[in-house]
Amino acid sequence: MSAEAPALPAARRSGVPGVRQVGRILVLIAILAVALYPLLWMVASSFKSQTEISVAGNISLIPREFTPGNYREGWAMLGEPFSSFFINSLVIAGLTIVGNIASCLVAAYAFARLRFRLRHFWFAVMIGTLLLPQHVLVIPQYILFRTLNWTGTIAPLVVPHFLATEAFFVFLMVQFMRGIPRELDEAAMIDGCGPFQVFLRIILPLSRPAIVTTTIFSFIWTWNEFFRQLVYLSDITQWTVPVALRQFIDSSGQSAVGPMFAMSVLSLLPVFLFFLFFQRLLVEGINTSGIKG
Amino acid sequence: MALTTAAGPTLREPQPSRITGRRRGSGKGPVREGPAGYVFLSPWLLGLMGITAVPMLLSLYLSFTNYDIFTPISEVEWVGLDNYRRMFTTDPTFWKSVTVTAKFGLIAVPLKLAVALGVALLLNRERRGVGLFRSLFYLPSLLGGSVAVALAWYTMFSRDGAFNTFLRLFGIQGKPWVADPDFALETVMVLAIWQFGAPMVIFLAGLKQIPGELYEAASVDGAGRWRQFVHVTLPMLSPVIFFNLVLETIHGFQGFTGVFIISNGQGGPVDSTLMYTLNLYIKGFTDFEMGYAAALAWLFLIVVGLITVVLFTTGRFWVHYSDER
Repeated sequence: MSAEAPALPAARRSGVPGVRQVGRILVLIAILAVALYPLLWMVASSFKSQTEISVAGNISLIPREFTPGNYREGWAMLGEPFSSFFINSLVIAGLTIVGNIASCLVAAYAFARLRFRLRHFWFAVMIGTLLLPQHVLVIPQYILFRTLNWTGTIAPLVVPHFLATEAFFVFLMVQFMRGIPRELDEAAMIDGCGPFQVFLRIILPLSRPAIVTTTIFSFIWTWNEFFRQLVYLSDITQWTVPVALRQFIDSSGQSAVGPMFAMSVLSLLPVFLFFLFFQRLLVEGINTSGIKG
Repeated sequence: MALTTAAGPTLREPQPSRITGRRRGSGKGPVREGPAGYVFLSPWLLGLMGITAVPMLLSLYLSFTNYDIFTPISEVEWVGLDNYRRMFTTDPTFWKSVTVTAKFGLIAVPLKLAVALGVALLLNRERRGVGLFRSLFYLPSLLGGSVAVALAWYTMFSRDGAFNTFLRLFGIQGKPWVADPDFALETVMVLAIWQFGAPMVIFLAGLKQIPGELYEAASVDGAGRWRQFVHVTLPMLSPVIFFNLVLETIHGFQGFTGVFIISNGQGGPVDSTLMYTLNLYIKGFTDFEMGYAAALAWLFLIVVGLITVVLFTTGRFWVHYSDER
């Protein structure tokens, strides 16, 4: 595949699809099949009966015996209904989204539009925190939140987002705001707007695309997040979806594979829906900024 | 905090007279308001200090102590460099975790990038259906970091898993991959490589930027496909390759969910999936040796920082920036 040159002179490109092109498409389809198989297999397995699953190695993508009961069973299996875990995950994701948007917007506005002492220094610091591996902070923050008696609550998972600690979104919004014509600010200032008014009336409404991107990625990241939720949420009433899913291996071993897949599929559904509706934005998003899924 | 002191009106450029007021405005330049700047910056500054800087400094101090989370911080005992000495001398799990992480970074990251580049090259030749392929290839990157997919991986690569059934179709006798110390980490690597879609999308965008004339010129000069790839594609794409390499390396070192689920939080079998972050978790939150875990975290920070520096330094020798950039 490495021998493929990305573009050819027009003369060679035109004409009927050659053997090469057919071969290429077949290779792409084969890779796609491998890439999608695990996901499709998960969905299929969530509808398979316990006997079918435990038969050594079922690779089929069509359940022999359609068993929607896995969903009912899995929903109630962990002592607390899954609705509770979903609500907990949603609450954390919702608060994270609100916090990220509010705090990152104001910080980005300061960096992108306002002049103040040490602006370049603080901007460099912000870029520095962008490169800081998240796991490095887990221990220090745990110590902090424990001294504050916040462990066992969702505060450690949510409060940092109200303080613009997700530098990535600050950066994204700064980049976006720099693209908003300054003439708009200036016109508003001539009309008597101060920095606060400029922010509220000009920058905020025009930043909508950046806000949408932040919302989507905040949601997906928080929904998939595991490490912190595992560390801070010990009580079953506070468990989020990933923390709960993990228990399927912990407690019941291989015996509950069907229900485990059923709940796994449900847990992926929200992110998948975001993918369906915003796929263009998601793909373009990583193009411009290298966001990870 | 820094609000009052740093908010003074000292600006480099002359300020439009305060007396005439902002009302009329100068019509020039951005808003020049020191106090407003710091007002808007204050949540971020508070987060920087409270959530990042102060805890990090506190943990630096605690990394020189025997702090476990049960004793109050005021009563911890200073142990000097003991924690750091312990990593390098008496704690075998530390070296194991370093080896596992390095192995992961050196094998999974390049393979993932190679697959991403290969698929991007194939896709770049197509004119129709690219958008659909691109989105579908990207899907695993979106979902792959979740516990749900890790659970599927665990099941798929267990003794009676789907992968072994697949191998049996070719007459190959499989293994309990996730339970075999020689293969458990490899299954997590496959999970990482499977998420090649994100770097692929970035490669694809990079490929689109390469001017077609370069290939025409190369083929006029008699360069075949392979030479075009080596002499045009690779150098022109090197900034994007570099970007992906840095991103994926830092990301790869932090892998946690996959190894946690596959080893049920233990790093087994025989510590074969004990990634650095998992070891950190076990030391801090299972053994409650917070002082030691803080030392591990600090060392991790330093090493990741060093690797980033090394990447950027070596990048200078092979990353080619064309003049327009």
